[in-house]
Amino acid sequence: MSGTCLLRNGRATTLGRVPRLAFDGFRARVLEAVGEGKRIAALFGLPAVAPGAGPLPVFAVLADDARGDLEVLSTEVGPRFQALTPDCPQAHLFERELAEQFGVVPEGHPWPRPVRFQPPLGGGRDGLPEAASRGTAGAGQSDPPLAGSPRGLPGVADFFRLEGEGVHEVAVGPVHAGVIEPGHFRFQCHGEDVFHLEISLGYQHRGIERALLGGPHPRTLFQVEAIAGDTTVGHTTAYAQIIETLRGWTVPPRAEALRAVGLELERLANHTGDLGALAGDVGFLPTSAFCGRIRGDFLNLSALLCGSRLGRGLVRPGGVGYDLDTEERLQKLITGLERGRADTRSAIQLLWETPGVMARFERTGTVSREACRALGLVGPAARACGAERDVRWNFPAGQYARSGVPPLPDPELRGGDVLARAVVRATEIENSLRFLLDLLARLPGGGVTGLAGGSGAAVGLETGTPLPPDMLAVSLVEGWRGEICHVAVTDARGTFARYKVVDPSFHNWIGLGMALRNQQISDFPLCNKSFNLSYCGFDL
Amino acid sequence: MFDILKARHHQGFRTIGWPDSPAVVPDRLRGRPVLDEAACRMGCRACLDACPVEALTWEGALRMDLGRCLFCGRCAEACPTGALRFGNDFRLATRRREDLVAGRDGPRLAAALDAEMLRVFGRSLQFRQVSAGGCNGCEVDINVLTTVVFDLGRFGLKIVASPRHADGLIVTGPVTENMRLAVGKTFEGVPPPRLVVAVGACAISGGPFRGHPEQHDGVGGLLPVDLYVPGCPPHPLTILDGLLRLIGRLPPETPSR
Repeated sequence: MSGTCLLRNGRATTLGRVPRLAFDGFRARVLEAVGEGKRIAALFGLPAVAPGAGPLPVFAVLADDARGDLEVLSTEVGPRFQALTPDCPQAHLFERELAEQFGVVPEGHPWPRPVRFQPPLGGGRDGLPEAASRGTAGAGQSDPPLAGSPRGLPGVADFFRLEGEGVHEVAVGPVHAGVIEPGHFRFQCHGEDVFHLEISLGYQHRGIERALLGGPHPRTLFQVEAIAGDTTVGHTTAYAQIIETLRGWTVPPRAEALRAVGLELERLANHTGDLGALAGDVGFLPTSAFCGRIRGDFLNLSALLCGSRLGRGLVRPGGVGYDLDTEERLQKLITGLERGRADTRSAIQLLWETPGVMARFERTGTVSREACRALGLVGPAARACGAERDVRWNFPAGQYARSGVPPLPDPELRGGDVLARAVVRATEIENSLRFLLDLLARLPGGGVTGLAGGSGAAVGLETGTPLPPDMLAVSLVEGWRGEICHVAVTDARGTFARYKVVDPSFHNWIGLGMALRNQQISDFPLCNKSFNLSYCGFDL
Repeated sequence: MFDILKARHHQGFRTIGWPDSPAVVPDRLRGRPVLDEAACRMGCRACLDACPVEALTWEGALRMDLGRCLFCGRCAEACPTGALRFGNDFRLATRRREDLVAGRDGPRLAAALDAEMLRVFGRSLQFRQVSAGGCNGCEVDINVLTTVVFDLGRFGLKIVASPRHADGLIVTGPVTENMRLAVGKTFEGVPPPRLVVAVGACAISGGPFRGHPEQHDGVGGLLPVDLYVPGCPPHPLTILDGLLRLIGRLPPETPSR
């Protein structure tokens, strides 16, 4: 194989076109590309079909934000390989995941700790541990339990420790004080000052990637809807783009527009909720109470469109499940957005006018530009560090290829602290509202599914016949937390040999850890809310 | 200060009138399923085949397990005669698992706690929420109950931070193997008498993850459940309706239609 394989967002290639490099060449190319400013969007292994299948194939997807293309390359690794992480920090979690899922050892990795405390995803390769059989769970049968899986209790592993006089450790979770998902946080403190925060997750692991093997199954779409339930439209859009490019389906413009409506409503609801939560964490109750409610108003607009406040049922491969069928429904949505604009402006403006709020937001939880770049952070957290990184700008697909989202203010004004993350969200609320109101004023006509037999046919068509064999497809979506990346690799039978899901939280949890350095431990809730990352999206 | 008052005036009073006045729900809400047995082409199995989670069974009559149901609506779309549809009645919660397996008459809605439990909990009931593999869908719609819109506190209901302060648990998610121990410990932390509420298809049956070895098909196999709230996720009103039925704050079920 020679040359490079560059894909656009939402496109597929035959596996034969993906360069397969010797490991040294692969490692050198990834380091070179990241040095040039590309990011690792995905790095994953391929489970074995049968025991004794030889070395582990590993694929990398490198995102070039400036050029808008995705470089795909692959290699094979044996039981041990030279870790990329010492030379490329943003590989750190991907390599830990490879180690956990496939039993390989990234030699020289500075912190080769379990990621999710999950059983191996696919072993059976030479010298690697055995693992669960693949690809039956989606069909509804009960799998046999993973008898004797060689894993310990979640969270029971080494933690990075600080030692010395006056040093102490604070452990929080997995069960937290609020209505929130579980995770374990371990702080290394000296007095009130946090030197290091280590975040240990995996409590939400439901076996989604294992279940996706051999798919798509009848349950696949519904599991994708629940990868991160607050990002249903984001993840289902990413999945739909994968199926559509593999099957060569065309999505009607109106359906693409309605997906964008769903995606921006998701962003509006969550950004608004986050600003309310930030206000609540600094004890400023007016904005907290207002935004908590306005968030629900946006969720109700999603329900107006598709019956579900969380966008369940909206996106289906081939189109969308629900149309803005009447003028009345369209007008209700427009009126709701206009009201949402007036309400969010009123509620959010109070934050900037209140010295007590600003004093707590400013210079709290700062992440440097260098850390953002080195760790490959995404979404509002990255944009708050001045990065111009947004799938909607850099890798536009669907509706976003037709109409753009307004830009953010001067990067110099985005200083990487809690305030910057709040300002980015507030600006994105305004921008999403403008984008939506423009879009709804000239919504494309026509149908909402490209499939014969209407949208109801999609599930059967999506799962009933094999996909094209030996293909690789990549799909990016800018969810409200940042870049969602799905990569599908099909096998010779036209089923998923691998379906890799990278939730934005996978990139960003380490950013929260960095934000806490040299902060007061009492600022943890505020810093945490300013990221508001997903546990289940990470744990899968 | 003046700006805060101005904003307060702009935002208005937004607490819903329900249960004293009718609730407003989205017209497309997929709530309680409605089966027209006369129109059902008996045994055509179209709906059974369309269901991704095997919620429907046919044994001379169609039965639907709302504890498995994701309310995706595929069965209704597949029905050739329109005999099956999802109405927008949001009342769905039951006291017993088997009451969720419904035929033509729908689920048997939750009855109130017994007199002694009502004496203890009827006027003040506090829950600790535990997400055990929940996707943050159910969690979102539980959280929203604490906003001014639903104003949980007006019913004497509260979500608290510690199991020691709680009278029961609200569990979401299929109970992942990685959360099994934590769920058990949190339950042990609640002083008896204590209640367990399972919210959402995952907590009741495993939802779309049922059968995965990484989880336990819901909380029912691990803890005694006092209230089941189906949905994926349930509408906030479905959860609130269930909780209010549990504490006897709503009139007992009246046969609908």
